[in-house]
Amino acid sequence: MNKSIAHFFKSFFLWELLKGLSVTGRYLFARKITVQYPEEKTPMSPRFRGLHALRRYANGEERCIACKLCEAVCPALAITIDSEERDDGTRRTTRYDIDLFKCIYCGFCEEACPVDSIVETHIFEYHFEERGQNIMTKEMLLEIGDKHEEEIAANKQADAKYR
Amino acid sequence: MIDYIPLWLINSWEWLPVDIQTVVIILAKIVIIVLPLMLVVAYTTYAERKIIGFMQVRIGPNRVGFFGFRLWGLGQPIADTVKMMMKEIIIPTKSSKFLFLIAPILSIGPALAAWAVIPFDRGMVLSDLDAGLLYVLALTSVGVYGVIIAGWASNSKYAILSALRAGAQIVAYEIAMGFALVGVLMAGGSLNIGDIVEAQSGGVWNWFVVWMPPLFLVYFISGVAETNRAPFDVAEGESEIVAGFHVEYSGMAFAIFFLAEYANIILISALTALLFMGGWLSPFEGWAFAEGTFLASTSMLWFFAKTSFFIFCFLWFRATFPRYRYDQIMRLGWKVFIPITIIWIFVEAIFALMQIGPWAV
Repeated sequence: MNKSIAHFFKSFFLWELLKGLSVTGRYLFARKITVQYPEEKTPMSPRFRGLHALRRYANGEERCIACKLCEAVCPALAITIDSEERDDGTRRTTRYDIDLFKCIYCGFCEEACPVDSIVETHIFEYHFEERGQNIMTKEMLLEIGDKHEEEIAANKQADAKYR
Repeated sequence: MIDYIPLWLINSWEWLPVDIQTVVIILAKIVIIVLPLMLVVAYTTYAERKIIGFMQVRIGPNRVGFFGFRLWGLGQPIADTVKMMMKEIIIPTKSSKFLFLIAPILSIGPALAAWAVIPFDRGMVLSDLDAGLLYVLALTSVGVYGVIIAGWASNSKYAILSALRAGAQIVAYEIAMGFALVGVLMAGGSLNIGDIVEAQSGGVWNWFVVWMPPLFLVYFISGVAETNRAPFDVAEGESEIVAGFHVEYSGMAFAIFFLAEYANIILISALTALLFMGGWLSPFEGWAFAEGTFLASTSMLWFFAKTSFFIFCFLWFRATFPRYRYDQIMRLGWKVFIPITIIWIFVEAIFALMQIGPWAV
């Protein structure tokens, strides 16, 4: 009985509603946590999985040995590899295509690679304007690798002790 | 308002027939009211996004500015308007075309027309109607036809559901609102909004909000429900019926519904300020420290400040409360608000009989 009277007055004076309003009223003046994207960016883990790249050794030789483990492990079947024997007797890829529309950026290719050739970089701001641009060819992947080798190596280094 | 126009300007057109002069003056007054109102409506949408953003610890729109300056996103409403005007008005094939197009007009017409009797300052009113309050009540009720016709004409399940909800909701809350206003009428002794404000003069303690807080709450909450705003926005209910009655509308036809909703918000805020918070009267009236300064004088600014506060409340509610369930809305309207108002009218009648309060009859 006593409780129900208290409840009656509480609801009649809109007590709960005022409490709710005071919470939002406090947050009106709270420090805003928005990250204003193009100018500000959130920190990124070394494990971040963005656009792919093919790496080279320091002497300029491409790492990929066309073992096709990445092609086999890829759950989205995004990777297509053709290979043949090169003049010096090593096995090399003649074609290494990644369809970025199929790719789900799971990073399995990177995990599978025995020579740390295919990697996923920190690049996530890219777009396509025409049909067909979604296929990353071997040349494009190598170019990205060349351009960002330092950063890729540093990230690999940073994450190495947890592997 | 005519006092503010210089005399030579009035004399220069004396060759025109008097009737035409009157019409021109009235049209000018309408423009003077409607243009700033539209601007305020546009910036209310900006304020809404900004304030709700702030309450959700976000920043809100802050990119679109003028001439390369961002200015906290102040250009956003202008950009939105331009975008809306560029867009195609899609008319559904099986809709009733005439009704479909007339519905937005029916909805904004009353929302703007009601401003004719809103006084901004002592005597500063387009039409000093003696039945002003009745006129406002009538027009705000007409506004629901726009919603119902829009829902009917769209030939869409969501739209008709929303129209039914809006119709029932507005009928329910109209009554509570009307009863709340009966209390104001008893105290003010007039249907003229200007007279009602004057009846509250003599300091904060004479404002009607002090003498009839339940009626004030009922009126304002009913106002929120009347304008179909959160937490009573089941007519829009995006989680259940997409966007409600304007789900089939696009471009300017949709924008007009939007304008009407915000014009109604501002109207309800202005009415609350006028009827309960003393309109243009200063809250410092009769206080020693403010004597003689602008703080104690009556001015339009007080009216605008009070109206702005209530508009802010609308946005605050939207940021705070979850949406009512439909049956809860009906319960609140019929079983809580109407009894409260009836009881308070009795209490007020007893006050008047015993000569308590500022309105001693």
